[in-house]
Order: sequence, then C-alpha cells, then structure tokens
Amino acid sequence: MSKRQPPGGQAPVVQRVRIRYAKRGPLRFTSHRDFARALERAIHRANLPIAYSQGFTPHPKISFSSAAPTGVASEAEYLELGLRVAMEPEKLREALDAALSPGLDVVEVVETNTTDSLAERLTASHWRIELPGVSPDALNAAVKAFLERTEILVERLTKQGRRTFDTRAAVVNLAPAAGPTGLTGSPCAILDLVVRQVTPSVRPDDVLSGLRVAADLEPTAPARVTRLAQGTLTPQGEIVDPLALDRPR
Amino acid sequence: MRGESVFPQLEQLLPLVSKPIQYVGGELGATVKEWDSATVRWALMYPDAYEVGLPNQGVQILYEVLNEREGVLAERTYAVWPDLEKLMRANGVPQFTVDSHRAVGDFDLLGVSFATELGYTNLLTALDLAGIALMARERGDDDPIVVAGGHAAFNPEPIADFIDAAVLGDGEEAVLEITDIVAAFRKEGSPGGREELLLRLARTESVYVPRFYDVDYLPDGRIQRVVPNRAGVPFRVHKRTTMDLDAWPYPKKPLVPLAETVHERYAVEIFRGCTRGCRFCQAGMITRPVRERSITTVGEMVKQGLEFSGFQEVGLLSLSSADHSEIGDICKGLADQYDGTNVSLSLPSTRVDAFNIDLAQELSRNGRRTGLTFAPEGGSERIRRVINKMVSEEDLIRTVVTAYTNGWRQVKLYFMCGLPTETDDDVLQIARLAHEVIKSGREATGSREVRCTVSIGGFVPKPHTPFQWAPMERPEVIDARLKLLKQAINADRSLGKAIGLRYHDGEPSLIEGLLARGDRRVGAVILEVWRQGGRFDGWSEHFSYRRWVDACAATGVDLDWYTTREREEAEVLPWDHLDSGLDKEWLWKDWQDALTEYEQDDCRWTPCFDCGVCPSMDTHIQIGPTGRKLLPLTVVST
Ligand code: B12
Ligand code: SF4
Repeated sequence: MSKRQPPGGQAPVVQRVRIRYAKRGPLRFTSHRDFARALERAIHRANLPIAYSQGFTPHPKISFSSAAPTGVASEAEYLELGLRVAMEPEKLREALDAALSPGLDVVEVVETNTTDSLAERLTASHWRIELPGVSPDALNAAVKAFLERTEILVERLTKQGRRTFDTRAAVVNLAPAAGPTGLTGSPCAILDLVVRQVTPSVRPDDVLSGLRVAADLEPTAPARVTRLAQGTLTPQGEIVDPLALDRPR
Repeated sequence: MRGESVFPQLEQLLPLVSKPIQYVGGELGATVKEWDSATVRWALMYPDAYEVGLPNQGVQILYEVLNEREGVLAERTYAVWPDLEKLMRANGVPQFTVDSHRAVGDFDLLGVSFATELGYTNLLTALDLAGIALMARERGDDDPIVVAGGHAAFNPEPIADFIDAAVLGDGEEAVLEITDIVAAFRKEGSPGGREELLLRLARTESVYVPRFYDVDYLPDGRIQRVVPNRAGVPFRVHKRTTMDLDAWPYPKKPLVPLAETVHERYAVEIFRGCTRGCRFCQAGMITRPVRERSITTVGEMVKQGLEFSGFQEVGLLSLSSADHSEIGDICKGLADQYDGTNVSLSLPSTRVDAFNIDLAQELSRNGRRTGLTFAPEGGSERIRRVINKMVSEEDLIRTVVTAYTNGWRQVKLYFMCGLPTETDDDVLQIARLAHEVIKSGREATGSREVRCTVSIGGFVPKPHTPFQWAPMERPEVIDARLKLLKQAINADRSLGKAIGLRYHDGEPSLIEGLLARGDRRVGAVILEVWRQGGRFDGWSEHFSYRRWVDACAATGVDLDWYTTREREEAEVLPWDHLDSGLDKEWLWKDWQDALTEYEQDDCRWTPCFDCGVCPSMDTHIQIGPTGRKLLPLTVVST
C-alpha cells in the first residue's frame, strides 16, 4: 500500500508525466467516469507514487485533457499525473498498463517540464467512422453534399438542454476512406474525418446528423467510431502530436 | 456453434441502451477460458442488475472455485434492464454471459443465486431470453440444468416449476460435487438423458429436484404431504455447510468492475453463521453453526485482496461482525497496518453496545465519523423479548450517547414494523426512544447538532425460523401505525427536527411474504406477473403491487391465506422436506417462547440449547480465540 500522508501534509509533486492511452474494442463503452475510477484503482494497484492535493479530502493529482464519448473507441486520449517520487516513464507505462483491464491500454508516457496545458494543445481530432450498410456511392454523394454547404444546423441534447448548432464549419476534412468491410465483416463504408475543437464541440455523431440533414444518409446499424489522433491543428490541416514538445529530443 | 460469442450482434445494440459498460465484462479478476478446454460449463447468475449483482460474494466465490478447476469453466450473467431486453428480443440476441458473451443456453448448468425472493421474475426473463423453456419439465437434454442457490433456495417451492434443482446452504463444495457428477455422466455418454442426470443429483441427498416430489393437498388447501415419486430419492434434502473457512479463503481475486456498482470494496467474510437467535432472522437460523475465519487468514485475505484489486475500502462481513472472538485484535491490527494510507475499513455491525463503538472508533481512526448504525429492531422492551433481541432501553440510550460524545453526530436506528403480537404502542415506543436519544445526546454533548435516523423495515416471516407460523400484519395496519409514529415523532417540534424517519409501505412486504412462504401453487402467480411485465421487483420504481394482486386473482391464489393466516403446529409446511438442520419441535418451542416473551441465549457463549443443527448436520461451532495477532505490514513505501 502506498503511504498517503507523511507527517506534516502532502508530499509535493516532483515529476509530471503526460500519458496517451487507448480505449479499444468492447471497452470503448467505458464512460469517462468509469475510466477515471478504473485509473485511480490501477494507480493503487500498480503502487505508483501519485501525489495528492492538500486539504481535508486529498485527491490524487490526475488531470484529464479529453474524453471520447461513451461507445467511441480511441487511440489517442490524454491525461497528466503528478508524482511525489520521480519514475522512469517507460516503467510507469508498463506498470499502469498491466494494472488496467486489457482494452484500456497505456500507449505512451513522457515526462514534461512545459507549463502550457495539455488541453490547449488539443485543437483538433482525427476520427474514423464505419457506417454499416452504406454503399460507397451513397457515401461519396453524401460527403459531396455535406462539403458543398457552408452551414448545416443539427440538434443535440446537451446538459444545458436541446441545442441547435452548426456542424459544417468545424469540419476540416471529410472524405471516404479505403476499406470495403468493417470489423464485423459486413459491407460498410468508412469515413475519414478531421474536426476542429470548438464550443459546443462537434462530435462524430453530430457530423453523422449533418450527413442525414444534407443527404439523408442513414446507416443500417449504429456507426462505429474511433478517434485516431488528437493534437494541434496546423494551417496546412495537419495534426501535430501533442506530446512532441515534451518528448526528449 | 455452441459457445460462440454473441458480442458482434450485441455490440450493435449497446450504443442504444443506458450504461452499456455493464454488459461488456472486462473486469479485473475475470476469467476467460476456451470453450473446448472445459467438459463442464457453468453460467452463474445473480438475478438483479449488474450494479447490484457484481459485488455479490456468493457468485464471486463460486465463480473462482469453479474456474480454479481444470476442465471446468464458469461465466457470469446478470439481469438486463428492460431497454436492452426489448432490443434483444427484437434482434434475436440471447441472454449472454458478460465474460465471453456466450449464450446462456449453451452451458451445461445455470446456477442462480437468490439472496431475495424478489428476483424470481428476473429468473423468468433470463430463461426466456436464453431460449430455455420456462417450465423445467419441457426442457430437453441439451438445455442447461437450472440450479437455484442462496438463502431463498431454502424454500424454492414457488419456483419449483421453473428450476431443475436447488441447493440449500453453502455452495463451495456443492458446486464441485455437482460438477463431478455431470462430468462422470457426460463421460458415460449421458445414459438416460436429463432425467437420469437429475436422479443422480437427487440421490446425493443434498440436491433438491422438485420434480421428484409430489405434493398432495387437503380439501382446505393446506398441504397433506410431500413425498418422493422415485426410488432412491430421499424423503428429506439436507443443507450444505462449509466447515473450516480458513481452507476456503475466497474470493482471492475479487472482481473489479469498470461500471459503478453498489459496493466498491474488498469484502471478506470474517465468519459464517450467527447464533444470537433473533427470531425473525432467517439468515441467522439457516447458517448455523458459527464458523470463524481466523484472524491471520482474515489479515492475509485483506492484504492480497487489496493488492490485487486496488480497492481502497475493506468490508469485514458477517451477520454480526462485532461477535468474532478476536474482533478487537482484527480491527486494531488492520487499523495499525493501514494507518496513514487511504484504505478505509468498515464493519457492518449493528450490535447495540459500547464495545461496538470502540471498534468503530478504531476503524475510523484517520477518517471521519460519518454514521453509525444500531439495530434494536423493536421499539418496546416487550417486543424485543418477543423477537429475542436482548437490548435494554438503558443500554440503547447509553450506547447512542456514547457514540455522540465520541464525535459521531449522526446515528441510524433500525426497527421493524409488523412483528408478531405487535400493537400500536410497541411502534409508538420508537418515537419515545428516539426522543430520549436526542434529549440525552444534547445534554451529554451540549450540542444541538446530534441527529438520528429511524429506519423501518416491514417484517416478513420466513421459512426455517420460529416465526414461520406467524400471521403477517395487513399493509393498511402497518401504514396506519407508521403514520401514528410519524405524528408522535413530530409531536415535539424541537426533537422531531433532529429525527429523520425512513420507511417502506407495507405492500411490497406482503408480496415478499407470499413468495417467502409460498408453495408450488404460487408459481402460477409469478408466471402471470412476469407475463404482465413484472421485472426487477426489488426496485420500487419497477414493483407494482396491483400487478401482483391482479395475478393472484387471475390464478386463484388467495394472498391473505398465504400471508396473514397463522399456521398451526400440525400443518405441513411447504419446506418441511427441506432440512436446514433446525429441529421443527425446537422451532415451535421457540415460537411459543416468543409468544410468552421468553428470551433465548446465544449458544456461542452459553451451553447448547439443542436447536438441532449441530447433531443433524454433523457440524460444530468453530471459534477462536487463536491468540495470534496481525503483524505490521512491510509497507512498500515508494
Ligand atoms: C452485502 C449484503 C448486501 C449488499 C450486497 C448484495 C450483493 N449484491 O451481494 C446490499 C446492500 C446491496 C444488499 C441488499 C439487500 N440485502 Co443483503 N446482505 C448483505 C450481507 C451483509 C452479506 C451477503 C454476503 O455476501 N454473504 C456471503 C456470501 C458468500 O453468501 P451467499 O451469497 O449466501 O452465498 C453462499 C451460499 O448461499 C451459496 N450460494 C449462493 N448462491 C448460490 C447459487 C448456487 C447455484 C449454489 C449451488 C449455491 C449458492 O454459496 C455461497 C457460498 O457458500 C448479508 C448478510 C450476510 N452476512 O450474509 C445480507 C443479506 C443477504 N441481505 C438481506 C436482504 C434482505 C437484502 C435486501 C433484500 C434488503 C432490502 N430490503 O432491500 C437487499 C436485496 C438486494 C438484491 N436485490 O439482491 C438478508 C437476506 C435475508 C434472508 N432471506 O436470509 C441478509 C441475510 C441480511 C439479513 N440478516 O437479513 N445486501
Ligand atoms: S445445535 Fe446447539 S451449538 Fe449448534 S447452533 Fe444449535 S444451539 Fe448452537
């Protein structure tokens, strides 16, 4: 068991690490809340020297920078930990990965000394969307119709209630991708999508709503979505790895 | 193909339901085995939602015990919520296990754990979704053998038509023996089919196979007799008792879910059984004798369980945890070991005495004193003598005040309403007690901050208890008494403000009473309720009293006859052929003692009072002290 409270208050943070993790396969149904709980337990299980906040109910120093929607898989989620004892990043990666259920996988851990927040670096996301029962022709036509518009209003239920907003402007790139069948082997079309981080955020299902509005595109089963990458969007439309600045050169 | 994953089909439905993670599995501690690696395959079910069912110890223990065996595979399944049920029906997705998402119908056995009778309708949903005939007699050789276990299995008569077998008592050894019988039977090429397999199980005398017993009724509706209808089937089926809990230190690898569940902690049973003899408590009666787990095994299990799981909370479970012969050393030892860590310890003890507060103090050493619970169960000293809960009013008040003066501000008091011989006055005494507690608490602490919550449950007479003959009170009477109580509590505005009252209506208890003491004829009611949409009856937002009453009417079952009627000594009770070890004559005597308000001691500390369990089950009390202590842990302080 890790000692929490040395006499005289909480030990200070001596090292900050940034973590890229993936949510794969069936475990993509893990909600952000579920993941946060699982992570905390995994930290204890792996006996990592996590630092705690001061105060009556000390909290472990964990800050999340992103949360893919429940049901969406991801190869690129990010968080930061504060440690009270420095650790070699690769050792930490192995230990934490082993302590999490398979399917919640720790991909990379880097030590950071930069002061800008990780969240600020996440200005765009690259998504892959599998659309069961949609033919390539229908998809091509729908993408074309979508891109021709300058604004596509859709509705979504948010915590603030029903909201109407534009899904078109935030879309940087939308294109059919190669690959004739999905994971289940049935015919399905695949979309490649890059969306800029805006408020309210435009999520893949909003873009799908946009395709429904623009071209009546209707998959026969729920779409299967994966976040492939997240990072800083360059003027050329590329996404820069958010850990690039932290990685030892 | 048998044993194939249905996940690809299920996956299509999950984005459409609430909290899909509960259907995905992926828990730490889960075991996934190749279908072909096993010759005997169990699906284990807790017939409630995943969030309630996952933490269940019984299922976790059996799951681990079975999976440790070579050639045996066990997976888990839980009740699916109505939103998914509807989609599964529309899309032809069967009831599945969460481990490998295999169809439940593919398994050799389906073991269902009933902690409460209110799970019966969920059993029917699961069977139906699994494509298993609801009626056991209509099942074929390839269908799973449906086995009920858990406390409610001590009277499985209301579900006799739906199950193939029931096991009374502890499951650790029972499931392994059943596994061996099934394996041997398969190896021989399954001679004689399902019927023969059930016969082999029945001949062990510890597996009850309802279809091998005929029930005859008297013209007035009472049971005339229950007799075996096959050669070699015993007249009575005996309960199982796992002796030496140190030899069965499960769960070793507690399941750690991704979804949020009712308990997120590592629970270790510190003993089984209870001999306090509270007359309403079925659990206490049917789990005799007391068998303690030694202090050293408890310490070892806690250490390993926490390391394995990463849980931050430990629950020291049992029916009366403060009664362990070395509980002081266990609490102190664990508190020392985890001092200064984030690990919190809890002891679900409701014993009303100062010792209990000492323990709670030890356990909350570096935490907050949130709440403390005591269970006097009865409002007046008279009714406490009837139920054999020996607490004097003086003790009760002194204990609660001690809690207040030691820093607790909130105390919870448990009572029951509808107890045998109860009058309005017995219930009104609860108000007086609560007032007294607050008054004395304010005096002792000099603070007006002290509060207490009075929590009231409806009494349900259960089989294998001295109250198995007792009439239930009518819901209207209970509701009226609770109303009076509420008025009495609030009659003094100042004191009333410091007292919270929580209670349930009388109606759900009446249905629980029907299911608890029902016979085979009640099965028709369960089926009808289920057909009319009855699901998740343990949840007030899903339970419908109307639906049960209508179903009784539709099936010609007289709800009052089963619930509010007092039974006579000579009456054959539906569970008389199921042997919990308790001597029926002793139970009757204890019932008579209750009526004359005569108390019974605890055989753990005083001489045996011949309840019958130890001689008939060939068991004995196993308690310490061992004299050993928990050593300080070598803390890996990184
Ligand atoms: C923790 C607990 C809870 C927790 C967790 C429940 C859970 N998911 O497990 C919570 C708080 C949610 C809870 C709720 C309730 N509980 Co509760 N609970 C307990 C407690 C303290 C421990 C249970 C436990 O883990 N026991 C240890 C395990 C190992 O025992 P077991 O499950 O019986 O399993 C063994 C055997 O029965 C057998 N077995 C079990 N299943 C099967 C299946 C097969 C096929 C076979 C062969 C064998 C088998 O093998 C196991 C190993 O030997 C007990 C008291 C106690 N100490 O037992 C009360 C207790 C079980 N609860 C009880 C009650 C009444 C309830 C509620 C109905 C309360 C209410 N009115 O809401 C609800 C019902 C919840 C639900 N829908 O299931 C009563 C049951 C009364 C009775 N008939 O004896 C008990 C006994 C408390 C009491 N003294 O009255 N409970
Ligand atoms: S037989 Fe005697 S010792 Fe055993 S549980 Fe009953 S009263 Fe206690």
